[in-house]
Amino acid sequence: MKATLFATCLGDQFYADACADAVRLLRYAGVDVDVPQSQTCCGQPAYNAGRRLEAIRMAQQTLDTFDSADYVVLPSGSCAGMLRCFYPDLINNDVERAQALADRTYELSHFLVEVLGIQDLGSGLKGKRIAYHHSCHALRELGVRNQPISLLKNCGAEVVTWEADEECCGFGGLFSAKLPEVSAAMADRKLDTLSTVDFVTSTDGGCLLQLSGRGNRRQLSVQFRHLASLLWDGVGS
Amino acid sequence: MTSVNPQKYPEASAQALKDKPEVRNTVTNSTNLANKKRTAAYQEVDSDTWKDWGRDVKSHALTNLDQYLEQAETQLLANGAKVHWAETAQDAQKILENIVLDHNISSVVKAKSMLSEELGINEHLEKLGVLVRETDLGEYIIQILGDRPSHIVGPAMHLSLEDCQRLFHEKLGTPLDGKPEILAAAAREVLREEFLAADMGISGGNFLVAETGTVALIENEGNIRLSTSLPRVHVALVGIEKIVPRLEDVSGFVQLTSRAATGQPIGNFFSLIQGPKRDGDIDGPEEVHVILVDNGRTRLLADDKAWESLRCVRCGACMNICPVYRQTGGHPYGWTYPGPIGAIIAPGMLGLEEAMPLPYASSLCGACVDVCPVRIPITELLVHWREKAVEEGFTSAIESAGIRAYTKAAERPGIFRAVGAMLRHMPLDVIGRALPILSGWVKERSAPESSAKSFMQQWKEGIE
Repeated sequence: MKATLFATCLGDQFYADACADAVRLLRYAGVDVDVPQSQTCCGQPAYNAGRRLEAIRMAQQTLDTFDSADYVVLPSGSCAGMLRCFYPDLINNDVERAQALADRTYELSHFLVEVLGIQDLGSGLKGKRIAYHHSCHALRELGVRNQPISLLKNCGAEVVTWEADEECCGFGGLFSAKLPEVSAAMADRKLDTLSTVDFVTSTDGGCLLQLSGRGNRRQLSVQFRHLASLLWDGVGS
Repeated sequence: MTSVNPQKYPEASAQALKDKPEVRNTVTNSTNLANKKRTAAYQEVDSDTWKDWGRDVKSHALTNLDQYLEQAETQLLANGAKVHWAETAQDAQKILENIVLDHNISSVVKAKSMLSEELGINEHLEKLGVLVRETDLGEYIIQILGDRPSHIVGPAMHLSLEDCQRLFHEKLGTPLDGKPEILAAAAREVLREEFLAADMGISGGNFLVAETGTVALIENEGNIRLSTSLPRVHVALVGIEKIVPRLEDVSGFVQLTSRAATGQPIGNFFSLIQGPKRDGDIDGPEEVHVILVDNGRTRLLADDKAWESLRCVRCGACMNICPVYRQTGGHPYGWTYPGPIGAIIAPGMLGLEEAMPLPYASSLCGACVDVCPVRIPITELLVHWREKAVEEGFTSAIESAGIRAYTKAAERPGIFRAVGAMLRHMPLDVIGRALPILSGWVKERSAPESSAKSFMQQWKEGIE
């Protein structure tokens, strides 16, 4: 099976090791991975800011890049949601191609479980206590709720209960820059309800950037690790 | 409503977090409880089917609004009620003023109504020398404190028990550690006298039934029942979007709204008002006036997408679940309807420029969409208003230039990655200075620990 990785702009720069771990995971699962060099940004920052014209241009660029891919896999629920839920409406001069791309697009854990049928990766997370933050877009746009948690559990991790696990971290792209105080308070609500864990993880680099940025500023001793990296740890040696 | 000022939201929200951090805890605790109750109440029924039904009935009523409003007027008149049409808040105030003068009204008891808040009714009546008393416990607290409601269902949600204990101690002489029941009893004692003395009762209306001309009201305290039946005149302020076609629809909506708002199968009291006291009736007002209010609603209805927000039944579920609202409560939003619903109806009702930047006061997390009992596509409508704001030039020039430059770069992968690499290695304070739009971000957070090499670089070099 072939799949094309869309690292996403944030992943490429800030979660590079997690993207590399995503490649390792997919290869471990027997997938032939391709990474086209013309990929940049899915256009979500522009779309969410109301910049429809700019969002269309980036969507078009992304569509052209991934048009021939069998599957597009992203280490991000938010960007995957952008392709799946909003491209067919945005690229309205080429709805068929946009819809076809949307139908072949998956967030990484979603792809592993739903397309590849993987349940068990290994036992490399034995004894680890992990808090899973539901990225809003993975949860609500893609319906990804149990897949990442069951993968983590099957790797031996204890996924702890967390009162605020389904609440927004306050990132929201430009939202966190436009309303930094409210956004930081949202991150604090997440961090303040956290029990003692080895790692906080999520499908999305944006959420982790926000939570770790706030956690580090408050000098909390919490470790943040992208889901792709934890799952690769889970495969073990 | 003392002032409408959504423009100040960014400063007001930051200020609220700084000056009143305890509000955040109070609101979080109250909304956590409301969310738990709603979730349980939705689970007891086939809530997906109920929501579809609620959406369809409301959409049908709104797409045939003219016809149903005329039918409602005919029925109301046949029931012996008087009907008034108010296009603006000033019109509504004037109509009310005339009723007050005609009937020589000197005191009014008010049942909870957000529309009256929107229209500035209390201030106007007080100017006329009329004694106005809020009778909903939350509204009563707000009134004696000289505050504003911060939530459309729980107007005093931003106040803690200790806040209320201090207030009641000062105003009504209850003990400083008086339990909620003691405070409620003290308020009830005061209010009982006011009910008996009042010349007029003012209420809102949860629903107005076209086929029967019935005003339907849901409540928990009994104060609406008293306000609408004891005084000799009852005035109901009803937004024109409150119309439902049939009486039978109300039986569905009272349950759906109660479950969404407070997690109850149905409110403790449910009043169906069919006009004034008839011959042989023991209770009831001599006159019932229904003021049908537009005040920006037809303007909102004219928007090809945002009209759907007029389905709102004012349950407050979107506020309870909203992580943005929960940090500050409703005051920083600067007008009657805070939270997600306020951010999508304000641009239509007040005008987009006046409502800025409320459509941006959301992380687009979508939690509100999941809980809305009438399936208003809230996040889609937030983006819709943002797109309009861009079209009409209401967003910042710096942001426009930034996103245009970003888009250009994104269309040239080589440049995009070169710029990305540069930003990745730049110290955070330098980024904050170089890109003003990110200055707030870096103020509240620490820099990410980015990997030494970008993913694309790693891919080129080969991933083991």
